[in-house]
Amino acid sequence: MTQGIRLTMKESVIPFNLGNLEHADNAQSRTQESDVPTQGTEEVPSKITLRGLNFHYGKSQALFDVNLDIPENQVTAFIGPSGCGKSTLLRCFNRIYALYPRHRASGEIILDGENILARGIDLNLLRARVGMVFQSPTPFPMSIYDNIAYGVRLYERLSRASMDRRVTWALKKAALWNEIKDKLHHSGTALSGGQQQRLCIARAIAIKPEVLLLDEPASALDPISTLKIEKLIDELKRDYTIVIVTHNMQQAARVSDYTAFMYLGKLIEFGATRLLFTNPGEKQTEDYITGRYG
Amino acid sequence: MAIDLYLYRKRRLLNLVSLTLSMLATLFGLLWLAWLLWTLVSQGIQYVNWDLFTQATPPPGETGGLSNAITGSLILIALGVAIGAPVGIFAGTYLSEFGRDTRFAAVVRFISDVLLSSIIIGVFVYEVVVIHMGHFSAYAGGLALALIVLPIVLRTTEDMLRLVPDRMREAAAALGAPRWKVIVSIVYRAARSGILTGILLAVARVSGETAPLLFTALNNQFSSTHLNEPIANLPVVIFQFAMSPYDDWQHLAWAGALLITAGILLLNIIVRVFLPEPERQR
Repeated sequence: MTQGIRLTMKESVIPFNLGNLEHADNAQSRTQESDVPTQGTEEVPSKITLRGLNFHYGKSQALFDVNLDIPENQVTAFIGPSGCGKSTLLRCFNRIYALYPRHRASGEIILDGENILARGIDLNLLRARVGMVFQSPTPFPMSIYDNIAYGVRLYERLSRASMDRRVTWALKKAALWNEIKDKLHHSGTALSGGQQQRLCIARAIAIKPEVLLLDEPASALDPISTLKIEKLIDELKRDYTIVIVTHNMQQAARVSDYTAFMYLGKLIEFGATRLLFTNPGEKQTEDYITGRYG
Repeated sequence: MAIDLYLYRKRRLLNLVSLTLSMLATLFGLLWLAWLLWTLVSQGIQYVNWDLFTQATPPPGETGGLSNAITGSLILIALGVAIGAPVGIFAGTYLSEFGRDTRFAAVVRFISDVLLSSIIIGVFVYEVVVIHMGHFSAYAGGLALALIVLPIVLRTTEDMLRLVPDRMREAAAALGAPRWKVIVSIVYRAARSGILTGILLAVARVSGETAPLLFTALNNQFSSTHLNEPIANLPVVIFQFAMSPYDDWQHLAWAGALLITAGILLLNIIVRVFLPEPERQR
Protein backbone atom coordinates (compact mmCIF):
# COMPACT_ATOMS: atom_id res chain seq x y z
CA MET A 1 0.00 0.00 0.00
CA THR A 2 2.79 2.38 0.91
CA GLN A 3 4.50 1.71 -2.33
CA GLY A 4 1.22 2.18 -4.07
CA ILE A 5 0.74 5.51 -2.43
CA ARG A 6 4.30 6.53 -3.11
CA LEU A 7 3.91 5.69 -6.75
CA THR A 8 0.72 7.67 -6.96
CA MET A 9 2.32 10.67 -5.36
CA LYS A 10 5.40 10.59 -7.49
CA GLU A 11 3.87 9.63 -10.74
CA SER A 12 0.48 11.21 -10.66
CA VAL A 13 1.99 14.08 -12.61
CA ILE A 14 2.62 11.71 -15.48
CA PRO A 15 -0.63 10.64 -17.09
CA PHE A 16 -1.22 7.15 -18.41
CA ASN A 17 1.32 5.58 -16.12
CA LEU A 18 1.19 1.94 -15.23
CA GLY A 19 1.97 2.84 -11.65
CA ASN A 20 -1.50 4.16 -11.21
CA LEU A 21 -3.06 0.98 -12.40
CA GLU A 22 -0.79 -0.99 -10.15
CA HIS A 23 -1.79 1.17 -7.26
CA ALA A 24 -5.44 0.64 -7.90
CA ASP A 25 -4.86 -3.11 -7.90
CA ASN A 26 -2.88 -2.93 -4.73
CA ALA A 27 -5.42 -0.86 -2.96
CA GLN A 28 -8.20 -3.22 -3.87
CA SER A 29 -6.38 -6.38 -3.04
CA ARG A 30 -5.25 -5.01 0.26
CA THR A 31 -8.69 -4.00 1.35
CA GLN A 32 -9.90 -7.44 0.46
CA GLU A 33 -7.14 -9.26 2.22
CA SER A 34 -7.19 -7.37 5.50
CA ASP A 35 -10.94 -6.85 5.67
CA VAL A 36 -10.56 -3.60 7.56
CA PRO A 37 -12.70 -0.77 6.25
CA THR A 38 -10.58 2.22 5.29
CA GLN A 39 -12.22 5.35 4.11
CA GLY A 40 -10.63 8.59 2.95
CA THR A 41 -7.06 7.31 3.37
CA GLU A 42 -6.22 6.74 -0.25
CA GLU A 43 -4.60 10.00 -1.22
CA VAL A 44 -2.09 10.63 1.56
CA PRO A 45 1.55 9.57 1.56
CA SER A 46 2.29 7.33 4.49
CA LYS A 47 5.18 7.64 6.91
CA ILE A 48 4.82 4.30 8.64
CA THR A 49 3.30 1.12 7.32
CA LEU A 50 2.37 -1.87 9.46
CA ARG A 51 2.08 -5.27 7.87
CA GLY A 52 0.84 -8.28 9.76
CA LEU A 53 1.96 -6.96 13.11
CA ASN A 54 1.56 -9.32 16.06
CA PHE A 55 2.63 -8.57 19.60
CA HIS A 56 3.17 -10.86 22.57
CA TYR A 57 3.65 -10.17 26.25
CA GLY A 58 5.31 -13.44 27.15
CA LYS A 59 2.73 -16.02 26.09
CA SER A 60 -0.31 -13.80 25.82
CA GLN A 61 -0.91 -12.13 22.52
CA ALA A 62 -1.86 -8.46 22.61
CA LEU A 63 -2.00 -7.52 18.93
CA PHE A 64 -3.36 -9.61 16.09
CA ASP A 65 -2.31 -9.06 12.48
CA VAL A 66 -2.49 -5.28 12.40
CA ASN A 67 -2.19 -3.67 8.96
CA LEU A 68 -2.15 0.10 8.87
CA ASP A 69 -0.67 3.14 7.11
CA ILE A 70 0.18 6.15 9.21
CA PRO A 71 -0.09 9.24 6.99
CA GLU A 72 2.80 11.68 6.94
CA ASN A 73 2.44 15.09 8.60
CA GLN A 74 -1.00 14.25 9.90
CA VAL A 75 -2.37 13.42 13.29
CA THR A 76 -3.48 9.83 13.63
CA ALA A 77 -5.43 8.84 16.73
CA PHE A 78 -5.80 5.35 18.17
CA ILE A 79 -9.02 4.89 20.07
CA GLY A 80 -10.64 1.93 21.74
CA PRO A 81 -11.62 0.61 25.15
CA SER A 82 -9.01 -0.09 27.84
CA GLY A 83 -6.84 -3.07 27.07
CA CYS A 84 -7.58 -3.01 23.35
CA GLY A 85 -3.90 -2.75 22.52
CA LYS A 86 -3.68 0.86 21.40
CA SER A 87 -0.80 1.73 23.74
CA THR A 88 0.90 -1.55 22.89
CA LEU A 89 0.64 -0.66 19.23
CA LEU A 90 2.10 2.77 19.86
CA ARG A 91 5.01 1.28 21.81
CA CYS A 92 5.95 -0.73 18.73
CA PHE A 93 6.71 2.36 16.65
CA ASN A 94 9.87 3.20 18.59
CA ARG A 95 10.34 -0.32 19.94
CA ILE A 96 10.35 0.96 23.47
CA TYR A 97 8.84 -2.40 24.44
CA ALA A 98 12.29 -3.89 23.73
CA LEU A 99 13.39 -2.66 27.17
CA TYR A 100 11.51 -5.66 28.53
CA PRO A 101 12.87 -9.07 27.63
CA ARG A 102 9.56 -10.90 27.30
CA HIS A 103 7.89 -8.38 25.01
CA ARG A 104 8.00 -9.35 21.38
CA ALA A 105 6.67 -7.96 18.10
CA SER A 106 6.59 -9.79 14.77
CA GLY A 107 5.52 -8.74 11.31
CA GLU A 108 6.71 -5.56 9.66
CA ILE A 109 6.78 -1.92 10.65
CA ILE A 110 8.12 0.06 7.74
CA LEU A 111 9.38 3.54 8.49
CA ASP A 112 10.48 5.37 5.36
CA GLY A 113 10.99 2.11 3.52
CA GLU A 114 12.94 0.39 6.28
CA ASN A 115 11.56 -2.42 8.41
CA ILE A 116 12.31 -1.35 11.98
CA LEU A 117 11.50 -4.79 13.36
CA ALA A 118 14.37 -6.27 11.36
CA ARG A 119 17.55 -7.42 13.06
CA GLY A 120 20.41 -4.97 13.21
CA ILE A 121 18.23 -1.89 13.63
CA ASP A 122 19.93 0.51 16.04
CA LEU A 123 17.23 1.16 18.61
CA ASN A 124 18.82 4.33 19.94
CA LEU A 125 18.97 5.90 16.50
CA LEU A 126 15.42 4.74 15.82
CA ARG A 127 14.22 6.42 19.01
CA ALA A 128 16.02 9.61 18.08
CA ARG A 129 13.88 9.65 14.92
CA VAL A 130 10.67 8.56 16.58
CA GLY A 131 10.07 10.59 19.74
CA MET A 132 7.61 9.67 22.45
CA VAL A 133 5.68 11.38 25.21
CA PHE A 134 4.18 9.23 27.93
CA GLN A 135 0.94 9.23 29.86
CA SER A 136 2.30 10.65 33.10
CA PRO A 137 4.90 13.41 32.95
CA THR A 138 8.46 12.18 33.48
CA PRO A 139 10.74 15.15 34.10
CA PHE A 140 14.28 14.01 34.79
CA PRO A 141 15.75 14.96 38.19
CA MET A 142 17.63 17.95 36.79
CA SER A 143 17.00 21.55 35.75
CA ILE A 144 14.43 22.51 33.12
CA TYR A 145 17.24 23.53 30.78
CA ASP A 146 19.09 20.24 31.22
CA ASN A 147 15.88 18.29 30.76
CA ILE A 148 15.57 19.75 27.26
CA ALA A 149 19.30 19.62 26.50
CA TYR A 150 19.63 16.00 27.66
CA GLY A 151 18.35 14.41 24.46
CA VAL A 152 20.01 16.98 22.21
CA ARG A 153 23.42 16.34 23.75
CA LEU A 154 23.09 12.65 22.93
CA TYR A 155 23.27 13.27 19.20
CA GLU A 156 24.49 16.79 18.55
CA ARG A 157 27.47 18.85 19.57
CA LEU A 158 26.15 22.35 19.87
CA SER A 159 27.87 25.47 21.04
CA ARG A 160 26.49 27.05 24.17
CA ALA A 161 24.70 29.68 22.17
CA SER A 162 23.05 27.27 19.75
CA MET A 163 22.07 25.00 22.63
CA ASP A 164 20.44 28.00 24.29
CA ARG A 165 18.61 28.73 21.06
CA ARG A 166 17.48 25.12 20.73
CA VAL A 167 16.16 24.98 24.28
CA THR A 168 14.32 28.27 23.81
CA TRP A 169 12.91 27.07 20.50
CA ALA A 170 11.64 23.81 22.00
CA LEU A 171 10.10 25.52 24.99
CA LYS A 172 8.38 28.10 22.80
CA LYS A 173 7.13 25.39 20.48
CA ALA A 174 5.69 23.54 23.48
CA ALA A 175 3.96 26.74 24.70
CA LEU A 176 5.88 26.66 27.95
CA TRP A 177 8.42 29.43 27.41
CA ASN A 178 6.41 32.32 28.82
CA GLU A 179 5.73 30.50 32.07
CA ILE A 180 9.26 29.34 32.82
CA LYS A 181 11.67 31.60 30.97
CA ASP A 182 12.91 33.09 34.25
CA LYS A 183 13.53 29.76 35.94
CA LEU A 184 15.30 27.68 33.34
CA HIS A 185 17.75 26.47 35.94
CA HIS A 186 15.15 25.45 38.48
CA SER A 187 14.36 21.78 38.91
CA GLY A 188 12.04 20.30 36.32
CA THR A 189 10.29 18.26 38.99
CA ALA A 190 9.00 21.39 40.72
CA LEU A 191 6.67 22.32 37.85
CA SER A 192 2.94 21.66 37.86
CA GLY A 193 1.62 18.52 36.17
CA GLY A 194 0.54 20.35 33.03
CA GLN A 195 3.83 22.19 32.79
CA GLN A 196 5.76 18.98 33.34
CA GLN A 197 3.93 17.35 30.45
CA ARG A 198 4.65 20.29 28.15
CA LEU A 199 8.27 20.06 29.32
CA CYS A 200 8.28 16.43 28.21
CA ILE A 201 6.84 17.41 24.84
CA ALA A 202 9.48 20.14 24.51
CA ARG A 203 12.14 17.57 25.39
CA ALA A 204 10.83 15.20 22.75
CA ILE A 205 10.71 17.80 19.96
CA ALA A 206 14.05 19.36 20.90
CA ILE A 207 15.85 16.46 19.24
CA LYS A 208 13.79 17.12 16.09
CA PRO A 209 12.35 13.66 15.51
CA GLU A 210 10.32 12.87 12.40
CA VAL A 211 7.53 11.11 14.22
CA LEU A 212 6.03 12.01 17.57
CA LEU A 213 4.21 9.35 19.58
CA LEU A 214 1.85 10.59 22.26
CA ASP A 215 0.52 8.02 24.74
CA GLU A 216 -2.54 9.58 26.34
CA PRO A 217 -0.56 12.80 26.81
CA ALA A 218 -3.40 14.69 28.47
CA SER A 219 -5.07 12.04 30.58
CA ALA A 220 -3.42 13.21 33.82
CA LEU A 221 -4.06 16.88 33.17
CA ASP A 222 -6.66 19.49 33.95
CA PRO A 223 -8.89 20.85 31.13
CA ILE A 224 -6.83 24.01 30.58
CA SER A 225 -3.56 22.14 30.26
CA THR A 226 -5.34 19.64 28.01
CA LEU A 227 -6.49 22.45 25.77
CA LYS A 228 -2.97 23.81 25.54
CA ILE A 229 -1.60 20.45 24.59
CA GLU A 230 -4.28 19.90 21.96
CA LYS A 231 -3.49 23.29 20.41
CA LEU A 232 0.14 22.28 20.47
CA ILE A 233 -0.55 19.02 18.65
CA ASP A 234 -2.35 20.93 15.93
CA GLU A 235 0.67 23.19 15.43
CA LEU A 236 3.22 20.41 15.59
CA LYS A 237 1.71 18.38 12.77
CA ARG A 238 3.16 20.77 10.21
CA ASP A 239 6.60 19.43 11.04
CA TYR A 240 5.96 16.00 12.48
CA THR A 241 3.94 12.92 11.86
CA ILE A 242 1.95 12.51 15.03
CA VAL A 243 0.38 9.38 16.45
CA ILE A 244 -1.72 9.82 19.56
CA VAL A 245 -3.37 7.27 21.80
CA THR A 246 -6.37 8.57 23.65
CA HIS A 247 -9.29 7.13 25.50
CA ASN A 248 -11.12 10.39 25.12
CA MET A 249 -13.14 10.24 21.93
CA GLN A 250 -13.90 13.93 21.89
CA GLN A 251 -10.17 14.52 22.00
CA ALA A 252 -9.60 12.17 19.10
CA ALA A 253 -12.29 13.96 17.15
CA ARG A 254 -10.80 17.36 17.98
CA VAL A 255 -7.13 16.78 17.28
CA SER A 256 -6.82 14.00 14.74
CA ASP A 257 -7.05 13.83 10.97
CA TYR A 258 -7.22 10.03 10.94
CA THR A 259 -8.55 7.62 13.49
CA ALA A 260 -7.93 3.94 14.05
CA PHE A 261 -10.43 2.06 16.18
CA MET A 262 -9.06 -0.95 17.99
CA TYR A 263 -10.79 -3.65 19.92
CA LEU A 264 -9.36 -6.72 21.68
CA GLY A 265 -5.98 -6.38 20.00
CA LYS A 266 -7.37 -6.04 16.49
CA LEU A 267 -7.66 -3.05 14.23
CA ILE A 268 -11.36 -2.80 13.53
CA GLU A 269 -11.52 0.29 11.39
CA PHE A 270 -9.27 3.01 10.10
CA GLY A 271 -10.21 6.17 8.27
CA ALA A 272 -10.40 9.93 8.06
CA THR A 273 -11.62 11.13 11.44
CA ARG A 274 -14.56 13.09 10.07
CA LEU A 275 -15.79 10.05 8.14
CA LEU A 276 -15.15 7.53 10.88
CA PHE A 277 -17.00 9.55 13.47
CA THR A 278 -19.93 10.50 11.26
CA ASN A 279 -20.29 7.37 9.21
CA PRO A 280 -18.49 4.42 10.77
CA GLY A 281 -18.13 1.40 8.52
CA GLU A 282 -18.32 -1.18 11.28
CA LYS A 283 -21.00 -1.86 13.83
CA GLN A 284 -18.41 -2.15 16.65
CA THR A 285 -16.97 1.26 15.83
CA GLU A 286 -20.39 2.80 15.85
CA ASP A 287 -21.24 1.19 19.18
CA TYR A 288 -18.05 2.47 20.72
CA ILE A 289 -18.21 6.05 19.51
CA THR A 290 -21.83 6.34 20.46
CA GLY A 291 -20.95 5.14 23.94
CA ARG A 292 -22.67 1.79 23.90
CA TYR A 293 -19.62 0.05 25.37
CA GLY A 294 -16.05 0.67 26.38
CA MET B 1 -32.00 2.65 65.65
CA ALA B 2 -31.13 -0.90 64.75
CA ILE B 3 -27.41 -0.64 65.36
CA ASP B 4 -26.08 -3.39 67.57
CA LEU B 5 -23.50 -1.79 69.82
CA TYR B 6 -22.25 -5.19 70.98
CA LEU B 7 -20.03 -5.64 67.92
CA TYR B 8 -18.74 -2.11 68.15
CA ARG B 9 -17.85 -2.42 71.88
CA LYS B 10 -16.14 -5.73 71.25
CA ARG B 11 -14.04 -4.19 68.50
CA ARG B 12 -13.14 -1.22 70.67
CA LEU B 13 -12.07 -3.48 73.52
CA LEU B 14 -9.96 -5.57 71.17
CA ASN B 15 -8.36 -2.40 69.87
CA LEU B 16 -7.53 -1.27 73.38
CA VAL B 17 -5.97 -4.61 74.30
CA SER B 18 -3.78 -4.85 71.21
CA LEU B 19 -2.75 -1.22 71.50
CA THR B 20 -1.66 -1.79 75.10
CA LEU B 21 0.25 -4.91 74.17
CA SER B 22 2.14 -3.25 71.35
CA MET B 23 3.01 -0.28 73.52
CA LEU B 24 4.34 -2.60 76.23
CA ALA B 25 6.44 -4.42 73.65
CA THR B 26 7.88 -1.10 72.46
CA LEU B 27 8.66 -0.04 76.00
CA PHE B 28 10.36 -3.36 76.70
CA GLY B 29 12.67 -2.84 73.74
CA LEU B 30 13.32 0.80 74.55
CA LEU B 31 14.08 0.04 78.18
CA TRP B 32 17.21 -2.01 77.38
CA LEU B 33 18.32 0.48 74.81
CA ALA B 34 17.97 3.39 77.20
CA TRP B 35 19.65 1.44 79.99
CA LEU B 36 22.57 0.59 77.70
CA LEU B 37 22.93 4.19 76.57
CA TRP B 38 22.69 5.49 80.10
CA THR B 39 25.39 3.12 81.38
CA LEU B 40 27.61 4.02 78.48
CA VAL B 41 27.22 7.77 78.93
CA SER B 42 27.43 7.78 82.73
CA GLN B 43 30.52 5.54 82.75
CA GLY B 44 32.23 6.97 79.68
CA ILE B 45 31.67 10.70 79.74
CA GLN B 46 34.03 11.34 82.65
CA TYR B 47 36.98 9.93 80.72
CA VAL B 48 36.38 11.87 77.53
CA ASN B 49 39.00 14.61 77.42
CA TRP B 50 41.42 16.21 75.01
CA ASP B 51 44.12 13.60 75.66
CA LEU B 52 41.80 10.98 74.24
CA PHE B 53 42.24 12.50 70.78
CA THR B 54 45.92 13.47 70.98
CA GLN B 55 47.72 10.65 72.80
CA ALA B 56 48.25 7.09 71.77
CA THR B 57 47.20 4.07 73.81
CA PRO B 58 49.38 3.88 76.93
CA PRO B 59 51.07 0.94 78.65
CA PRO B 60 49.27 -0.06 81.85
CA GLY B 61 49.61 2.49 84.62
CA GLU B 62 50.40 5.47 82.41
CA THR B 63 48.14 8.14 81.01
CA GLY B 64 47.27 8.16 77.38
CA GLY B 65 44.47 8.39 74.85
CA LEU B 66 43.04 6.64 71.85
CA SER B 67 44.43 8.76 69.02
CA ASN B 68 46.10 5.83 67.27
CA ALA B 69 42.93 3.76 67.53
CA ILE B 70 40.79 6.62 66.20
CA THR B 71 42.97 7.27 63.14
CA GLY B 72 43.36 3.53 62.66
CA SER B 73 39.60 3.03 62.67
CA LEU B 74 39.13 5.90 60.21
CA ILE B 75 41.75 4.40 57.88
CA LEU B 76 40.19 0.94 58.07
CA ILE B 77 36.69 2.27 57.43
CA ALA B 78 37.92 4.37 54.51
CA LEU B 79 39.68 1.34 53.08
CA GLY B 80 36.64 -0.85 53.56
CA VAL B 81 34.30 1.64 51.90
CA ALA B 82 36.75 2.37 49.09
CA ILE B 83 36.82 -1.31 48.19
CA GLY B 84 33.32 -2.40 49.18
CA ALA B 85 31.13 0.49 48.06
CA PRO B 86 32.05 0.62 44.34
CA VAL B 87 31.73 -3.15 44.01
CA GLY B 88 28.43 -3.00 45.89
CA ILE B 89 27.09 -0.23 43.66
CA PHE B 90 28.08 -2.07 40.48
CA ALA B 91 26.61 -5.33 41.71
CA GLY B 92 23.41 -3.60 42.87
CA THR B 93 23.17 -1.96 39.45
CA TYR B 94 23.48 -5.35 37.81
CA LEU B 95 20.75 -6.83 40.01
CA SER B 96 18.34 -3.97 39.42
CA GLU B 97 19.03 -3.02 35.82
CA PHE B 98 20.24 -6.11 34.02
CA GLY B 99 19.52 -9.27 35.96
CA ARG B 100 16.22 -8.25 37.47
CA ASP B 101 14.34 -11.50 36.98
CA THR B 102 17.20 -13.88 36.35
CA ARG B 103 18.01 -16.88 38.47
CA PHE B 104 21.59 -15.69 38.87
CA ALA B 105 20.40 -12.41 40.42
CA ALA B 106 18.17 -14.29 42.83
CA VAL B 107 21.15 -16.38 43.94
CA VAL B 108 23.39 -13.33 44.39
CA ARG B 109 20.66 -11.60 46.38
CA PHE B 110 20.19 -14.62 48.60
CA ILE B 111 23.88 -15.09 49.26
CA SER B 112 24.44 -11.45 50.06
CA ASP B 113 21.58 -11.60 52.56
CA VAL B 114 23.01 -14.69 54.22
CA LEU B 115 26.71 -13.83 54.32
CA LEU B 116 26.56 -11.14 56.94
CA SER B 117 28.20 -13.04 59.77
CA SER B 118 31.19 -10.88 60.61
CA ILE B 119 33.22 -13.45 62.50
CA ILE B 120 33.17 -15.79 59.52
CA ILE B 121 34.33 -12.96 57.29
CA GLY B 122 37.17 -12.33 59.77
CA VAL B 123 38.30 -15.95 59.78
CA PHE B 124 37.98 -16.11 56.01
CA VAL B 125 40.20 -13.08 55.43
CA TYR B 126 42.65 -14.45 58.01
CA GLU B 127 42.83 -17.67 56.06
CA VAL B 128 43.06 -16.08 52.64
CA VAL B 129 45.12 -12.95 53.27
CA VAL B 130 46.80 -12.92 56.67
CA ILE B 131 48.26 -16.41 56.46
CA HIS B 132 49.59 -15.79 52.96
CA MET B 133 51.07 -12.42 53.85
CA GLY B 134 52.51 -13.86 57.02
CA HIS B 135 51.34 -11.03 59.27
CA PHE B 136 48.32 -8.98 60.31
CA SER B 137 47.80 -5.75 58.35
CA ALA B 138 45.52 -2.80 57.73
CA TYR B 139 44.99 -4.16 54.22
CA ALA B 140 43.51 -7.35 55.61
CA GLY B 141 41.36 -5.34 58.05
CA GLY B 142 40.12 -3.07 55.27
CA LEU B 143 39.30 -6.07 53.12
CA ALA B 144 37.35 -7.71 55.93
CA LEU B 145 35.34 -4.53 56.44
CA ALA B 146 34.83 -4.26 52.66
CA LEU B 147 33.23 -7.69 52.70
CA ILE B 148 30.75 -6.40 55.26
CA VAL B 149 30.15 -3.15 53.37
CA LEU B 150 29.60 -4.98 50.08
CA PRO B 151 26.28 -6.74 50.74
CA ILE B 152 24.82 -3.73 52.56
CA VAL B 153 25.62 -1.35 49.71
CA LEU B 154 24.58 -3.94 47.16
CA ARG B 155 21.13 -4.41 48.65
CA THR B 156 20.41 -0.75 49.33
CA THR B 157 21.62 0.20 45.85
CA GLU B 158 19.41 -2.42 44.29
CA ASP B 159 16.40 -1.34 46.35
CA MET B 160 16.95 2.33 45.62
CA LEU B 161 17.40 1.78 41.88
CA ARG B 162 14.23 -0.28 41.82
CA LEU B 163 12.35 2.63 43.36
CA VAL B 164 13.15 4.71 40.29
CA PRO B 165 10.01 4.27 38.19
CA ASP B 166 10.36 2.42 34.89
CA ARG B 167 8.70 5.29 33.09
CA MET B 168 11.76 7.38 33.86
CA ARG B 169 13.92 4.82 32.08
CA GLU B 170 11.43 4.65 29.23
CA ALA B 171 11.40 8.42 28.88
CA ALA B 172 15.18 8.55 28.61
CA ALA B 173 15.33 5.58 26.25
CA ALA B 174 12.65 7.21 24.09
CA LEU B 175 15.03 10.10 23.44
CA GLY B 176 17.54 7.66 22.01
CA ALA B 177 19.74 7.40 25.08
CA PRO B 178 21.72 4.15 25.20
CA ARG B 179 21.17 1.95 28.22
CA TRP B 180 24.37 2.80 30.11
CA LYS B 181 23.64 6.48 29.64
CA VAL B 182 20.11 6.05 31.00
CA ILE B 183 21.51 4.34 34.09
CA VAL B 184 24.36 6.75 34.74
CA SER B 185 22.68 10.03 33.98
CA ILE B 186 19.06 9.37 34.98
CA VAL B 187 18.67 6.36 37.26
CA TYR B 188 21.73 7.07 39.44
CA ARG B 189 20.79 10.70 39.66
CA ALA B 190 17.28 9.89 40.79
CA ALA B 191 18.55 7.37 43.37
CA ARG B 192 21.62 9.33 44.45
CA SER B 193 20.61 10.10 48.00
CA GLY B 194 19.36 6.57 48.56
CA ILE B 195 22.67 5.07 47.45
CA LEU B 196 24.58 7.54 49.62
CA THR B 197 22.37 6.58 52.56
CA GLY B 198 23.28 2.95 52.01
CA ILE B 199 26.99 3.77 52.09
CA LEU B 200 26.68 5.83 55.27
CA LEU B 201 24.69 3.09 56.97
CA ALA B 202 27.37 0.62 55.93
CA VAL B 203 29.97 2.92 57.52
CA ALA B 204 27.91 2.99 60.70
CA ARG B 205 27.68 -0.78 60.63
CA VAL B 206 31.40 -1.48 60.16
CA SER B 207 32.63 1.19 62.57
CA GLY B 208 31.60 -1.05 65.47
CA GLU B 209 32.76 -4.36 64.01
CA THR B 210 35.29 -6.13 66.23
CA ALA B 211 35.35 -9.74 65.17
CA PRO B 212 36.65 -9.32 61.63
CA LEU B 213 39.39 -6.94 62.80
CA LEU B 214 40.62 -9.25 65.55
CA PHE B 215 41.68 -11.72 62.88
CA THR B 216 42.98 -9.23 60.36
CA ALA B 217 44.14 -5.79 61.49
CA LEU B 218 44.75 -6.93 65.05
CA ASN B 219 46.07 -3.99 67.04
CA ASN B 220 49.04 -1.75 67.38
CA GLN B 221 49.95 0.12 70.50
CA PHE B 222 51.80 2.76 68.52
CA SER B 223 50.54 5.34 66.06
CA SER B 224 50.93 3.84 62.63
CA THR B 225 49.57 4.66 59.24
CA HIS B 226 51.37 1.89 57.40
CA LEU B 227 48.78 -0.17 55.65
CA ASN B 228 51.02 -3.18 55.46
CA GLU B 229 51.33 -3.45 59.25
CA PRO B 230 48.92 -4.21 62.05
CA ILE B 231 46.93 -1.11 62.90
CA ALA B 232 45.16 0.06 66.05
CA ASN B 233 41.40 0.46 65.88
CA LEU B 234 38.66 1.36 68.34
CA PRO B 235 36.71 -1.90 68.51
CA VAL B 236 39.74 -4.14 69.16
CA VAL B 237 41.24 -1.63 71.62
CA ILE B 238 37.94 -1.54 73.49
CA PHE B 239 37.81 -5.31 73.48
CA GLN B 240 41.34 -5.70 74.86
CA PHE B 241 41.22 -2.82 77.33
CA ALA B 242 37.82 -3.76 78.71
CA MET B 243 39.03 -7.30 79.37
CA SER B 244 42.22 -6.09 81.05
CA PRO B 245 42.68 -5.87 84.87
CA TYR B 246 43.98 -2.26 84.68
CA ASP B 247 41.68 0.58 85.70
CA ASP B 248 43.22 3.11 83.27
CA TRP B 249 42.66 0.77 80.34
CA GLN B 250 39.09 0.05 81.43
CA HIS B 251 38.40 3.79 81.58
CA LEU B 252 39.74 4.23 78.07
CA ALA B 253 37.52 1.38 76.91
CA TRP B 254 34.45 3.16 78.29
CA ALA B 255 35.46 6.38 76.58
CA GLY B 256 36.11 4.54 73.33
CA ALA B 257 32.74 2.81 73.43
CA LEU B 258 31.03 6.14 73.97
CA LEU B 259 33.00 7.61 71.06
CA ILE B 260 31.91 4.90 68.63
CA THR B 261 28.28 5.17 69.74
CA ALA B 262 28.32 8.94 69.36
CA GLY B 263 29.91 8.58 65.94
CA ILE B 264 27.28 6.12 64.73
CA LEU B 265 24.53 8.30 66.18
CA LEU B 266 25.92 11.29 64.32
CA LEU B 267 26.03 9.35 61.05
CA ASN B 268 22.45 8.26 61.47
CA ILE B 269 21.37 11.81 62.22
CA ILE B 270 23.16 13.01 59.09
CA VAL B 271 21.36 10.38 57.05
CA ARG B 272 17.95 11.23 58.51
CA VAL B 273 18.24 14.98 58.42
CA PHE B 274 20.35 15.87 55.42
CA LEU B 275 19.47 13.24 52.87
CA PRO B 276 15.93 13.44 51.53
CA GLU B 277 14.04 10.17 51.45
CA PRO B 278 13.85 8.73 47.97
CA GLU B 279 10.08 8.63 48.01
CA ARG B 280 9.88 12.27 48.88
CA GLN B 281 12.20 13.23 46.07
CA ARG B 282 9.76 13.14 43.25
